Amino acid sequence: MAKVWVAAELNQGKVQSISFELLAKARELGDVEAIALGKGAEAAAAELGKHGAKKVYVSEDAAFDDYIGVPAAGTIEALVKQGAPDLILFGFTYDSREVAGRLAARLGVGQVSNAMDVSAEGGGFAASVPYFGGAKVATLKVLNKPAIVLVRPKSFEASEAGGTATIEKIEPQKGDLSRAAKIVDRVVEAGEKVKLEEATIIVSGGRGMQGPENFPLLEQLADALGAAVGASRAVVDAGWVPYAMQVGQTGKSVRPTVYIAAGISGAMQHTVGMKGSKFIVAINKDAEAPILKMADLGVVGDALKIVPKLTDAVKAKKGK
Amino acid sequence: MKIVVTVKQIPDPNAPQKLTSDNRLDRGGEAVLDPGDEYGVEAGLKLKEAHGGEVVLVSMGPAKAADAIRKGLSMGADRAIHVSDDSLAGADALLTAQILAAAIKPENPDLVICGTESTDGSTGMVPPMLAELLGMPQATFAKQVEVKGDKVSVHRQTNEGYEVVEAQAPALVTVTAGVGEPRYASLKGIMAARSKEVKKVELSALGIEKGSPAESVEGVADAETRKAGEVIEDDGNAAERILAFLVQVKAV
Ligand SMILES: Cc1cc2nc3c(=O)[nH]c(=O)nc-3n(C[C@H](O)[C@H](O)[C@H](O)COP(=O)(O)OP(=O)(O)OC[C@H]3O[C@@H](n4cnc5c(N)ncnc54)[C@H](O)[C@@H]3O)c2cc1C
Repeated sequence: MAKVWVAAELNQGKVQSISFELLAKARELGDVEAIALGKGAEAAAAELGKHGAKKVYVSEDAAFDDYIGVPAAGTIEALVKQGAPDLILFGFTYDSREVAGRLAARLGVGQVSNAMDVSAEGGGFAASVPYFGGAKVATLKVLNKPAIVLVRPKSFEASEAGGTATIEKIEPQKGDLSRAAKIVDRVVEAGEKVKLEEATIIVSGGRGMQGPENFPLLEQLADALGAAVGASRAVVDAGWVPYAMQVGQTGKSVRPTVYIAAGISGAMQHTVGMKGSKFIVAINKDAEAPILKMADLGVVGDALKIVPKLTDAVKAKKGK
Repeated sequence: MKIVVTVKQIPDPNAPQKLTSDNRLDRGGEAVLDPGDEYGVEAGLKLKEAHGGEVVLVSMGPAKAADAIRKGLSMGADRAIHVSDDSLAGADALLTAQILAAAIKPENPDLVICGTESTDGSTGMVPPMLAELLGMPQATFAKQVEVKGDKVSVHRQTNEGYEVVEAQAPALVTVTAGVGEPRYASLKGIMAARSKEVKKVELSALGIEKGSPAESVEGVADAETRKAGEVIEDDGNAAERILAFLVQVKAV
């Protein structure tokens, strides 16, 4: 059996859902162990065990929370040299990219990033990655050992396997922290009441909303539906809404039950981040907009008129 | 302050894209400076304006990448280093990072600025690898960059908002669109760029041993597409139709 490691991601003590998604895939690929570094790592190990990790390497050292990339890369490097895994899975997320990049450079093995799937192939592994902003999918054979693959969030569905993990406490190899970037403050920007990654309904707006002054229309609809608000890159780049709301290739991948796109054209780089949604509703005034060719329900019309009416209709239906 | 900005020429993202016979991105057509790197150049120039010093572009790419380098020079960068070798076509992220690191090291910069990921490859791995190979801290995904004494401080975008991150120079920073619209090259800038130094560096001069590539392309297929469902014209009742749909799929 192949030896598959999952680099779990903790954010201030909380296991991020990408870790469970990776474990679900890892179980198909071999014997699974996980690495949990930072505050809450021991508690995390129990959760990772439920999702299929047989063993979890843990260290609760605060350096993992406070410094970017360096301490985790050094620590995992030492583990790899001892444990010789065949494959290490990371999330293609901000925090894991920092670690995986440094690790791959240290080990001199390279990596495959931005993957949407990983499979066993010919005694090794293959990964599929989007090409041309998602229009095509390339299958890459990963040639080095360990194979390091970074997977886009929401590529796999998390599921519990019902096991327990043994915990192995490890000595952190933090390296020279004076040569590492330090996180000195964390700022939460208001607006995201429901998290995009966890929402079952997402109301998302693009340049067709005409201006930041109209985004409250989407927030009101989202409030009525219990939904999160997302956005296209065009409006994030224009500074209408914070980057945390961006959906797409260079933003978040989401997979809600319903994705409502208002005034979004449906560029490939946007749809690659939301086409896994169960149902898509699109409102666009241009009958030729690409988003209407992939929506389950497409409405040709003015989002500024339709969205407030929909908010009222939802409220009436829910009896609020 | 000496600032190195890494820049890459990519196939024009607005032109139709093609594959070569060995399933690599066809780089033969129209090419531009990666829009993501324009933010890097912009951030570098802003810091130079605030603190003085020099902005040096470093690029790895075919001979024709000189055009993208000129673009950065016409925006205002002072000079450039261009590593070009035919054998580098298809270089993976690690090899790219190794080459950039070897080209940057002798410059001893205070700051290295990169885009967060290239627009064509999108692996996002060159910056952390480069930071590792240069032994620099990485302050990444910055929507704001400030230099205070020998420290660089950035606002790093996160899923919830941002983090304030500090690093001791020399450091590597990656920047997002948040740093501000890249300036246009003025006519004066374009004229001045013609006489700016672009140092050509041969691969052999960098003394790099090429490792085995991380991956091989096995095949490329069209992505799965979703089928169009029902498309209706708003006749004043579209909101009701959408609500009915949401009820039908049990979202309301
Ligand atoms: C490397 C790269 C990465 C990228 N990453 C992302 C990413 O992560 N996420 C992302 O979203 N994009 C990304 N993009 C950008 C993407 O290509 C598009 O430019 C962007 O998604 C367009 O945003 P938009 O649909 O809001 O704007 P537009 O394309 O301008 O579309 C606006 C739409 O609104 C419609 N409209 C106008 N007025 C109304 C109205 N009153 N009512 C209803 N409809 C109206 C118009 O018909 C049009 O279809 C990326 C691009 C590149 C090159």
